[in-house]
Amino acid sequence: MARRAISFRLNGTEREVEIEDQVLLLDMVRGLGFVGAKLSCDMQVCGACTMLLDGRPVSACTTLALEADGRAVETVEGLADGPALHPLQRAFIDHFAFQCGYCTPGMIIAAKALLDERPHPSAEDVRRWMEGNICRCTGYQTIVDAVLAAAGQGTDTR
Amino acid sequence: MREFKVAGTEATRADGIAKVTGAARYTVDLTVPGTAHAVMLRSTRAHARITRIERDAAERRPGVLKVIVGDDLVAAGFTPYYGHVVLDHPVLAIGKVRYHGEPVALVVAETKLAAAEAADLVEVTYEDLPAVIDADEALRADAPILHEQRGQRVGDEGMDQGEGELVGNVCAVARVEWGDIDAAFAKAHLIVEGEYRYPMLYGYAMEPYNALALFDQGDLVVYSSAQHVYMVRRDLARMFGLPLGRVRVSAPYVGGGYGTKSYTKIEGACAMGAYFTGRPVKLELSVEEAMLTTRSDSSHVRARTAFDKDGRILGREYDIVMNSGAYTDNSPLVNAKTANRCFGPYKIPALRVVSRSVFTNTVPGSSLRGFGAPQGNFSGELMMDEGAEKLGIDPIELRLRNLVGPGEVLIPGKRPLDADLKDDLRCLATSLGWPGSGAATIGLAVSASDAGAYPTSTAAVRIHSDDSVTLFTGSTELGQGSRTVLSQIVAEELGLPLESVGIVGGDTGVVTYERTTGASRTTTVTGRAVQEACRDARARVRALAADVFKVDVAAVQDTAAGVRVEGRELSYGEVIERWFGAGGEVLGHGAVRKADGFAQMPPFWEIGCSGVALTVDRETGVVRIEKLVTVGDVGFAINPALVHGQDLGAAMMGLGAALREELVYEGDQLANANVVDYRVPRFSDQPREIDLILAERRDGAGPFGAKGAGEGAGNAMGSAVSSAIARAIGVFPHELPASPERVWRLLRDRDPRARR
Repeated sequence: MARRAISFRLNGTEREVEIEDQVLLLDMVRGLGFVGAKLSCDMQVCGACTMLLDGRPVSACTTLALEADGRAVETVEGLADGPALHPLQRAFIDHFAFQCGYCTPGMIIAAKALLDERPHPSAEDVRRWMEGNICRCTGYQTIVDAVLAAAGQGTDTR
Repeated sequence: MREFKVAGTEATRADGIAKVTGAARYTVDLTVPGTAHAVMLRSTRAHARITRIERDAAERRPGVLKVIVGDDLVAAGFTPYYGHVVLDHPVLAIGKVRYHGEPVALVVAETKLAAAEAADLVEVTYEDLPAVIDADEALRADAPILHEQRGQRVGDEGMDQGEGELVGNVCAVARVEWGDIDAAFAKAHLIVEGEYRYPMLYGYAMEPYNALALFDQGDLVVYSSAQHVYMVRRDLARMFGLPLGRVRVSAPYVGGGYGTKSYTKIEGACAMGAYFTGRPVKLELSVEEAMLTTRSDSSHVRARTAFDKDGRILGREYDIVMNSGAYTDNSPLVNAKTANRCFGPYKIPALRVVSRSVFTNTVPGSSLRGFGAPQGNFSGELMMDEGAEKLGIDPIELRLRNLVGPGEVLIPGKRPLDADLKDDLRCLATSLGWPGSGAATIGLAVSASDAGAYPTSTAAVRIHSDDSVTLFTGSTELGQGSRTVLSQIVAEELGLPLESVGIVGGDTGVVTYERTTGASRTTTVTGRAVQEACRDARARVRALAADVFKVDVAAVQDTAAGVRVEGRELSYGEVIERWFGAGGEVLGHGAVRKADGFAQMPPFWEIGCSGVALTVDRETGVVRIEKLVTVGDVGFAINPALVHGQDLGAAMMGLGAALREELVYEGDQLANANVVDYRVPRFSDQPREIDLILAERRDGAGPFGAKGAGEGAGNAMGSAVSSAIARAIGVFPHELPASPERVWRLLRDRDPRARR
């Protein structure tokens, strides 16, 4: 199988990795120790594997690692500034917006993309944007609340 | 002054930072140097004899370590079956397969890809047998028999049923009977009867089943996504012939459970991989494979209710058939709970329930949130609404006339009802605006479940010399927030700030025994064990203080967070340091059992009291939930935000089953084993308005009067939705889910002009 070197920014740090062509973005990033993003449905439906590629949310379970070449990849691990949590992370804790937490890294990173694009969304905006993220525990309301609260802080989340 | 400092507050989740930063480690995230990877080869037949398995080609592939089949386990002298009720579930198929998708071989290789490619080279030759998918058909005299010989029964108390009746494909039989049922129906003013079907469901915990197994100095160590680590330990010990003390099962964070991760799943196969290769082995299932591992038992209920002219129930009669799949697993308990949970929570002078759990050539049925309650309650509550309509009595009034009151007996011999359902129902109706106005129609329902399971639970607390504490509990953190609630109980009992309480959980090699993490038991049963551990630790500190000051222990009194002795107040840590001279700690142990407060089963009744207002699109049959209301009758909410989370989560899962979710068999194969075709609730399915009410009457047997939550809000949802739909379209859906197609067909069949 062909191997090739790719370079990309992962949570702000330049990386060079040699990979086989068929390796998926999710497996490559998890292999580098960033295991926040999770595999679940394996068919672009549940959002647990969501990462940002040049700021746009993608399902890393069905994206080739090669596609990250020369681009920026963001995962949940890149949000906090040391011990200082990102407003979305803080809001998810404050609003009990997770239970088992398996969907949470994908959920938070999807919400970040929303707030980057639309800093003051309505509840309906949040629901529509997050439709591709499944949570089996919470019943969603606290997640909507958390995203709106993080937006309400007026912080530029970029 | 508030009675409590920490209990009753919406304390921040103990696992909060770990889960929002991606730092939380689930089994699927764990790696050990030298780990090999396993893939399961699954049956392509629903029912067949295995005549030959050719594995040479697969084993010759580079990177392949071993292909393991069921006969290897037999040859090695292992117990190749598992099950906490009946030892009939083979780790890998032996002799024959009983459902499409059953594990036949385990391929272990250096990489997952190599294992998957090698699995394609394993050739299994089958000799087909007739298969039976439908449970009613499986009961016929001429039906193919799945289990020619029954496995050994290993069930604990409460898990054995139907001895002597277990013929053919009958897996278990449960009966609940009292009163003169024939006389009751003979004098009825109205008899409501019907057939009701509750679907086969997949819990979709988002972390699929996975495990990592290795042998360490002869001890078997298994990391797993399991809920009941101690139950898995017992199965593995029996399988390998190891003492319990030499098997260690650890569940770090678990990505969703809801009962789907109760009991042993793939841990045996993974551990066999480690045994036969001498390597740490990781086995991770896909979602599709998880759907082929465990699902819920579906129910087909034939039932009737006799009412007098005032709407009082004279008698109820149920004939229930549960489709339990290919192996026993937890179906006998699900079946027994269905029988207990289908008729109440009403005063019923005469009752006859027969519920049969039936083997079929389908994915094994087992636990799922509320098990037995949704499957039974749907028919029971729908008959109340149908009866109310025919009698011209308001359905809430009808229920109020029949509900079991606080302290009254629902099932003879069981704990009297520790809840006020009449008041709960009135709260529910008020919030829903019953009987409603405008376009939306309302449906509501109640339930009472004999919850909590067998109350064996232990806990330990270590008080350190700086007045901080570590709690050890065998209860698994599934997302329900057990670490937070149990920490709150410790902080409250010991008078310490929550921040000083650390917690270690879910590892049989480290923590104390806990029977299960299920049946909504943790707050109530484990919580009591934690309280006892704290009280034991306090007693030990008092004893140390008495020794230090050379006084009788009776002269030492508890303070909020330490002791008073000879007019001096000392913290726990001060007593510990004085006694040891330097460092040291105190260990407190707590145990609860089926005695004292839990002598009478169930440990508590879990209440369901839920309702919806909904609209039906008459063109498409699509149902939209406008408002959802739940009443959480939890005795005391130690953390109200966590109770809300359980209530809304359970209600949404119930809504999923009521409106969308159903595993569908086409022929002898599961047709929708993926998350596209098996549709769980999404953001867009959120009710437009949500009201989560708490009823706190301090009437539970748990800490501070608490009772469990987590199942109730979903248990009554099927009937609530169905009766609300009936008020919109004029006909009661008797089969769930009330999918757009089903609702559309009911509308079409009702309107003669639309019939072709």
